Amino acid sequence: MEKISTLTGPLVPLERSNVDTDQIIPAVFLKRVTKTGYDDALFHSWRQDPEFVLNQEPYKHGGVLVVGHDFGTGSSREHAVWALRDFGFTAVLGPRFGEIFRGNAGKQGLLVGQISDEAKEALWAVARANPGAEITVDLETRTATAGGVAHDFQIDDYTRWRLLEGLDDIALTLRDEDAIAAFEAKRPSWLPQTLPVERGAQ
Amino acid sequence: MGRTLAEKVWDDHVVVKGEDGAPDLIYIDLHLVHEVTSPQAFDGLRQAGRQLRRVDLTVATEDHNTPTLDIDKPIQDPTSRKQIETLRANAAEFGVRLHSLGDAEQGIVHLVGPQLGLTLPGVTVVCGDSHTSTHGAFGAMAFGIGTSEVEHVMATQTLPLKPFKTMAITVEGELRPGVTAKDIILAVIAKIGTGGGAGYVFEYRGSAIRALSIEGRMTICNMSIEAGARAGMVAPDETTFAYVKDKPHAPKGADWDAAVEHWKTLPTDDDAVFDAEVFIDASELEPFVTWGTNPGQGASLSASVPDPASFADPTERAAAERALEYMDLEPGRPLKTIPVDTVFIGSCTNSRMEDLTAAADIIRGKQKAEGVRVLVVPGSARVRLEAEAAGLDKVFTDFGAEWRFAGCSMCLGMNPDQLAPGERCASTSNRNFEGRQGKGGRTHLVSPLVAAATAIRGTLSSPWDLAQDAEVAAFATGEDA
Ligand code: SF4
Repeated sequence: MEKISTLTGPLVPLERSNVDTDQIIPAVFLKRVTKTGYDDALFHSWRQDPEFVLNQEPYKHGGVLVVGHDFGTGSSREHAVWALRDFGFTAVLGPRFGEIFRGNAGKQGLLVGQISDEAKEALWAVARANPGAEITVDLETRTATAGGVAHDFQIDDYTRWRLLEGLDDIALTLRDEDAIAAFEAKRPSWLPQTLPVERGAQ
Repeated sequence: MGRTLAEKVWDDHVVVKGEDGAPDLIYIDLHLVHEVTSPQAFDGLRQAGRQLRRVDLTVATEDHNTPTLDIDKPIQDPTSRKQIETLRANAAEFGVRLHSLGDAEQGIVHLVGPQLGLTLPGVTVVCGDSHTSTHGAFGAMAFGIGTSEVEHVMATQTLPLKPFKTMAITVEGELRPGVTAKDIILAVIAKIGTGGGAGYVFEYRGSAIRALSIEGRMTICNMSIEAGARAGMVAPDETTFAYVKDKPHAPKGADWDAAVEHWKTLPTDDDAVFDAEVFIDASELEPFVTWGTNPGQGASLSASVPDPASFADPTERAAAERALEYMDLEPGRPLKTIPVDTVFIGSCTNSRMEDLTAAADIIRGKQKAEGVRVLVVPGSARVRLEAEAAGLDKVFTDFGAEWRFAGCSMCLGMNPDQLAPGERCASTSNRNFEGRQGKGGRTHLVSPLVAAATAIRGTLSSPWDLAQDAEVAAFATGEDA
């Protein structure tokens, strides 16, 4: 995972609430075999509408998504996070999130910050007045700045630390690599290995 | 204080003890891989520039999507073909041992570990599949994991885990003839409910469990997940050692002696305490069948479809109402009057030699009921070979059944083996969820014996009914019964 301290990009307003993960990515895309390449699947049905915000020029390449209440509720599919990331989103800010979505995002390095209702309205207003306006999300100070105003956001200390350090679960575990190696050195010799292949009686 | 089997295996695998509520880091002895839950994990490794830490503790097979007919031809369904091809490419790229369709060791992932002697007492086993609990039959700690965790095990050979609670499920007494391991576990799930095991590792104990073969123990551990448990275990004993000995990867010579010495220390200490306990009297059990759309909605075959109004709990009542509507069943109908369209003998629950032999013994020399489709799918290519060597294929085909190649098949219908909408099936698999075996399909979970009897009579039946039929026939023709 990349280390994150500040993220800057277009402020993309998604002026809807209760966007569940089925809407973020429909089930039909779960049959794929990759963890990447889901950009076309993101908000698939809404993107059939040319008026949809992500079909507008300043928003076609992602940035920081600012959403309404209860974003990412419903099914636990990690694909929802992969699709947002693949489209080019680095952070999502909103007043309330589905818990599993928030957890999955933390594992995948997508910053999810909780802002107040007033901050959400203020940020949407910036985008209306000035489509394509930039927003800067500062994880150190937990602030999001757009239109010259800084708004606080919340993120739990553990996730913040992991994002700042660029540590995914695997990287965290690899900090204990010496302990793993020491454990391996002590495993009994009779424990089986899959290689080389021992063919049984045919 | 003494420790339970689960606690001993756990303690043996702690790499780093978690402090202040942090999880323990647990070492994984065996990682089983199949085509459905691995592609994103391999892709993640590739993106991060990582390798598998221990390819020599990893083995892959193809099972969920594989066809059970024409296995020498290209797979018809493009999504299934793509998933298989992706696994083959990933295995080649990362150096993972893979048993492909056509290989003598290919088959359902939960048959492959045991038959190769890779699944052993006291080891930790994981797989991106919830029925990994099967391997607990050997006294292993075995559980299913998600795709992110698959990648984590590939990269580190460990998992950060919080300890589970322990539940003893004690089954005492002798099973009546015609009652099997499948009936025990269906009765356990009906008793504690589909969520009753949440947060627990089960340990199955008692004289009825000790009397079971390893195959029967696998059937029971397999369905632990259907009661919500993360894993199910049986303490290793002489039955276990005899089964494991001489398997291709099992320890040999002095290693074998050292292994057995260790395995003998694993059973739960007399003074150990479980967090919860459940008791079942084996001698009271009858052949069992599910009537609803979750594995906890089951009853003895001699009973009738329950009346939802008889459930005190409102959630259960509503669930029963919905289930009966989906299953197209009316309360009060004797379960034995329900006709089926299909009988499926297969899946990681009941597709081993013991299961196929038991079913074959019942149908030998008989004809299947008219209009019933009977599908027999050995769990692995190795089982198929052994069954053919024993002449079982001939017994099945003479009966009118279809004898197929190995795989998950109609257990979940990811390949062409599916129920048509409205079709009713007596199935030896483990899940009777809506649409599990095909959109609109209706599933009754049963043992291989009940499946075989049902295939003969055309309605849900137990082996006991066949004996009765024989007596009636003998009476009608004036012969001595
Ligand atoms: S047989 Fe069924 S339950 Fe077993 S691994 Fe295959 S799909 Fe899963």
